[in-house]
Amino acid sequence: MSLRILVGVKRVIDYAVKIRVKPDKSGVITEGVKHSMNPFDEIAIEEAVRMKEKKIAKEIVAFSCGPAQCQETLRTALAMGADRGIHVEVAGPQYETLQPLHISKMLAKLAKDEQIDIIIVGKQAIDDDCNQTAQMTAALLDWPQATSASKIEAKDGSLQVVREIDGGLETIKVKLPTVVSADLRLNEPRYATLPNIMKAKKKPIKKLTPKDLGVDVSPRIQIVTVEEPPVRLAGAKVENVDMVVEKLKALGHA
Amino acid sequence: MALQLRRLSLSLAKFQQARHASILTSLPETHELLRKTCRDFAEAELKPNAARFDKEHLYPKEQILKMGELGLMGIVVPEDFGGAGLDYLAYAVAMEEISRGCASAGVIMSAHNSLYLGPILKYGNDQQKKDWVQPFAGGDKIGCFSLSEPGNGSDAGAASTTAVTSPDGGWTLNGTKAWITNGYESEATVVFATTDKSLKHKGISAFVVPKPTQGLSLGKKEDKLGIRGSSTCNLIFEDCHIPKENMLGKPGYGFKIAMSILDGGRIGIAAQALGIGQAALDCAVDYASKRKAFGQPITKLQSIQNKIADMALQLESARLLTWRAAALQDEGRSFIKEAAMAKLAASEAATFISHQAIQILGGMGYVSDMPAERHYRDARITEIYEGTSEIQRLVIAGNVLKEYGV
Repeated sequence: MSLRILVGVKRVIDYAVKIRVKPDKSGVITEGVKHSMNPFDEIAIEEAVRMKEKKIAKEIVAFSCGPAQCQETLRTALAMGADRGIHVEVAGPQYETLQPLHISKMLAKLAKDEQIDIIIVGKQAIDDDCNQTAQMTAALLDWPQATSASKIEAKDGSLQVVREIDGGLETIKVKLPTVVSADLRLNEPRYATLPNIMKAKKKPIKKLTPKDLGVDVSPRIQIVTVEEPPVRLAGAKVENVDMVVEKLKALGHA
Repeated sequence: MALQLRRLSLSLAKFQQARHASILTSLPETHELLRKTCRDFAEAELKPNAARFDKEHLYPKEQILKMGELGLMGIVVPEDFGGAGLDYLAYAVAMEEISRGCASAGVIMSAHNSLYLGPILKYGNDQQKKDWVQPFAGGDKIGCFSLSEPGNGSDAGAASTTAVTSPDGGWTLNGTKAWITNGYESEATVVFATTDKSLKHKGISAFVVPKPTQGLSLGKKEDKLGIRGSSTCNLIFEDCHIPKENMLGKPGYGFKIAMSILDGGRIGIAAQALGIGQAALDCAVDYASKRKAFGQPITKLQSIQNKIADMALQLESARLLTWRAAALQDEGRSFIKEAAMAKLAASEAATFISHQAIQILGGMGYVSDMPAERHYRDARITEIYEGTSEIQRLVIAGNVLKEYGV
């Protein structure tokens, strides 16, 4: 098999950072804050690289949409083993209102332009928790989808995917070309080794604008306000279960 | 040909210069990627195990192998010889992150990279690089550096280990080397021995000796205060015979080789000290943010804030000196004074920071439940090895006075 894989990687605020809301409530503070590749996207890249090592895939294209710093995210993808990168630059207020639908349209166009066989993205981004991009992309392309994948096996022209669903594990077979979204237990991403970091410097990153892909990124939503979640109040201890029910009724929760 | 090479190396130097020009404000992209890899590795594989390595005097074999796979056990070794082909700034960044996770892993990596691979890369011929660098750049084999003796540390010129020519053109070594990091696990060593006593320190030569070798035995493992995951012992040479191909560089060049290698090694140790200092600062701030006294976290108290400010200041200053020395080395410019300043500043910063960290933790800083006491013990050696603080001051003063022309 010699498939071409497109992997979407998003630059998000690092998972370990304590998020703070801007004083004007228009969003969260991103200036000067540590950013990294979305952890689920790291898993997606790792899976693509493993498929290349097993000679199932022949080329991995990493894609990121956002401000100039997304190049760092793409370099990380290249250092992990992707072959080339595509950066669609969107910055400022337009970036604030960017939605999975915009990204899906870009992925769909790129999939056609670059003759992609498999699109792999993280199942969701840790900043917006949308879990929509894979599904929308598949719908736009009219391709089958395998979301929340925890195991992928390639078998002559199709993929057998184990999905993590609420009830347990579901195994499905999807024909190529297809869209997959990576879940936590799919794999453990590798460290970018020093030789690979050096090799990544020579790999190309193509820069495009949304217009080049025919995608209109004007806002479809308006951010009204962004606020901290309410402060967690202290609980209360009661003697037994009956008292729990009584208390809940008294507080209007039952 | 020579002119073309010189032009190439000048333009490379200019490229390095341009590349490193902004390290005052941030690291280049490659170095940031490298820093992330090393930090992720240190957090996942070293930090959770460091206390155990220290308590049980355990060599972190598995972790060193993984570090080798990442390319960390041959960082500046050219790719042709199996290394990562990175620069000295990358080495400094990697050393700091690894040492932040585990100071023992840091010194194992530093001694191997700077003191074993360093001299062979710089002064060895192609065959020696093939035999002694290539198999040692991947993490499965490590080497060590044997200069100090029971009778001389700072006074390296007084080396009493001898190397006498044997009839087959080879050498027979006799003597004892002391304080050898990686003594137990290493499979080769760079040794310095007197080949002509009448020439004093100009009569010392450098050799590569494989381990095990007939006539080479190990002393007992030293029971050290800190960096207990790394083995330190004597190397005892008794009529130890080596072939003539094993001399490194020219006869009588040993002292010069040792001094030049130690200059570079200082940057590695400075970076190790930065890592220990950073770990101690992290521990202190984390504790202080949670510990309450007089109704608030102690981070709100001025005494604690003063300490944190002093600790951070010393660390940041030492880090800039270290990066500067590494960048100068990458540009091929003189870096001896800067490397000595970096090592002195970083080691004194590490001992200061870890001392204050224990103070901030109070009683908790004195027990092994918290890593502060281990950082304190690990930091102490950085002021001693690879040139004591006193020697560093001599080197700095000598260079400063030379600059003044007095």
